[in-house]
Amino acid sequence: MSDSLVDVQQVKKHFPIGGNQTLKAVDDISFSIQKGETLGLVGESGSGKSTLGRTIVGLEGATSGSITYKGKDVSTLGRKEARETNRTMQMIFQDPQASLNPRMKVMDIIAEGIDAHGLWKGKKRKERVFQLLERVGLQADHAKRYPHEFSGGQRQRIGIARALAVEPEFIVADEPISALDVSIQAQIVNLMEDLRQDSDLTYLFIAHDLGMVQHISDRIGVMYLGGMMELADSDQLFQETLHPYTQALLSANPVPDPAVTNSRERILLEGDPPSPVNPPSGCRFRTRCPHAMDICSEVVPEWKEQQAGHWVACHLYNE
Amino acid sequence: MERLLEVEDLHVSFKTYGGEVQAVRGVNFHVNKGEVLAIVGESGSGKSVTAKTIMGLLPKKVSRISSGVVTFEEDDLLTYSKKEMQKVKGSKISLISQDPMTSLNPTMKIGHQIDESLKLHTDLSKMERKSRVLELLTLVGIPNVEERYSQYPHELSGGMRQRVLIAVALACEPQLIIADEPTTALDVTIQAQILDLLKDLQQRLDTSILIITHDLGVVAEVAQRVAVMYAGVVVESGSVEEIFANPNHPYTWGLLGSIPKQRQDGARERLIPIEGTPPDLFSPPKGCPFAARCEYAMDICVEKMPDSTYLTTDHASKCWLNDSRAKKPKEVAMAGRSR
Ligand SMILES: Nc1ncnc2c1ncn2[C@@H]1O[C@H](COP(=O)(O)OP(=O)(O)OP(=O)(O)O)[C@@H](O)[C@H]1O
Ligand SMILES: Nc1ncnc2c1ncn2[C@@H]1O[C@H](COP(=O)(O)OP(=O)(O)OP(=O)(O)O)[C@@H](O)[C@H]1O
Ligand SMILES: [Mg+2]
Ligand SMILES: [Mg+2]
Repeated sequence: MSDSLVDVQQVKKHFPIGGNQTLKAVDDISFSIQKGETLGLVGESGSGKSTLGRTIVGLEGATSGSITYKGKDVSTLGRKEARETNRTMQMIFQDPQASLNPRMKVMDIIAEGIDAHGLWKGKKRKERVFQLLERVGLQADHAKRYPHEFSGGQRQRIGIARALAVEPEFIVADEPISALDVSIQAQIVNLMEDLRQDSDLTYLFIAHDLGMVQHISDRIGVMYLGGMMELADSDQLFQETLHPYTQALLSANPVPDPAVTNSRERILLEGDPPSPVNPPSGCRFRTRCPHAMDICSEVVPEWKEQQAGHWVACHLYNE
Repeated sequence: MERLLEVEDLHVSFKTYGGEVQAVRGVNFHVNKGEVLAIVGESGSGKSVTAKTIMGLLPKKVSRISSGVVTFEEDDLLTYSKKEMQKVKGSKISLISQDPMTSLNPTMKIGHQIDESLKLHTDLSKMERKSRVLELLTLVGIPNVEERYSQYPHELSGGMRQRVLIAVALACEPQLIIADEPTTALDVTIQAQILDLLKDLQQRLDTSILIITHDLGVVAEVAQRVAVMYAGVVVESGSVEEIFANPNHPYTWGLLGSIPKQRQDGARERLIPIEGTPPDLFSPPKGCPFAARCEYAMDICVEKMPDSTYLTTDHASKCWLNDSRAKKPKEVAMAGRSR
């Protein structure tokens, strides 16, 4: 595809965990992200979403496979190009507390990237930080304070301001709004959408709030135990759900209405998620799949475009 | 109904470089035995500070509790010594804190961290403790427990870390669990499992739960009552049914109005945030803290903080619109609700 900004091909990220074993956090994933789109990423806790995001922005080296950014394989970039790529790709971290240096004032935390890349100095730098604080719903005089003096949601917004500071082109947002109350969520989501329109930003948006993911994403990818199960247009994913795992995931979504909660039906998955150290043979979801067939334990289902733009890895859809 | 925890007129502030932050400014609520109370509200409104105050976890040097009483089993927890509090913590009240990474010890295997709590508060043998730890990890939905038992926090995903904290909190079957955003990092299936687990504890052991969350879906799912906080005060409280069906405070209307609607036609609707920012807690306004952002604000709102109006015996709201002298409160209220 010509207009893809990020192209992920057969990427694996395995962690050695001692005893000659590896934990297969990301296991052979291929997809691409188009310029200017928001790709939502959902899936069970531990399915590898954060690891995939970290690998794409280069915080973890892939065990194998390739990641292409703006047409270039990121592992082959020269120093200067790698630096520029570092600026244009930013990550908003899932755990804001752990990702903010406790000894630095908010001003310097947000300006970290500005300083590293020598973008602005003095008054300009200061103004930029104040402006960013305001955009994420904080106040200019918060710049003088230290991270521990903030609430959980305020810290998360400091992380967002830091990512936006260097005018990135691509942002991996790992649960960027999960610690925020709904009104501020709305404000941040609107900000992300505005930035996307004004500056043509591209997002990989990791979240578990399906209502919000559906709202913000053009397309949504669904992960399970290190693999990508399904990827489609966001409305299509909700309306024509193909993968049995996606079906179960969507059915568990809590709805903010006590009248509805008592009436809807959940598809409960049987059993535990298997270990990512020894994932099941064939399809990794088969041990909990209500539709599992013989072939599912024998053959890894092919990752294929079942309908235009609707990708799925499931034997139910193979001839 | 028997009250297990009661917080009255709590005021907490912090000394900072820029001045004194008045984080909690007269909070009142109670939790009945066997009940789930949800606290919702604006980011920075003092929810976590309230929870930390109850647990005696405020940073001593920079914080000040200028007034308030926290009654638990007829004692005021605020008068407890560190040692007395240590006994209560984990065995009678436990806290699931908002930052899993900082509440877990990074140098200790997660299994051992849960074991610590059992060692401290029970007389189980080593063998019994180990099997109890594995059972707890299973309960909170951590798969492959034998393998996970000996992993370190950084080797777990965000959601697993959060669940380890939940397991620590449940270990000694406390009477009260304070859960500060316990499910924010969890996907919906695990969230459902954790919520079921909390509901089960509540029903089986009559455990009371104070859950802090911004997720109104979670509130609808588990809570019997709700307290809505804004800028350090509880502005509205009542039964879940009342708050969802009959919200009274304009801030509550704003909260309910900010949820993305389920799209039928596929059109991307813009979300409706509450315009403006919360007040500066260095010098909080003397009137209603929400007045500056409230579409319905009147002159009096800026001048004076309203008292609670009881709409039913258990549904209270602090808003001048409920004053009989306010103009057309009904019409205003209807306009708010239809948003
Ligand atoms: N140690 C501290 N020093 C100074 N200010 C603090 C400190 N801890 C909290 N605050 C301030 O107190 C206020 C209330 O914080 P709190 O953590 O209770 O908010 P919260 O309601 O839990 O918000 P969130 O939903 O974002 O977690 C915030 O304005 C915060 O900046
Ligand atoms: N540094 C590490 N060493 C060993 N294992 C790791 C490491 N980082 C992650 N893992 C493992 O990789 C798997 C995927 O973790 P990851 O954090 O990517 O999940 P996630 O989908 O983001 O989950 P969550 O929704 O809970 O945040 C998990 O089994 C986790 O334990
Ligand atoms: Mg994660
Ligand atoms: Mg908090």
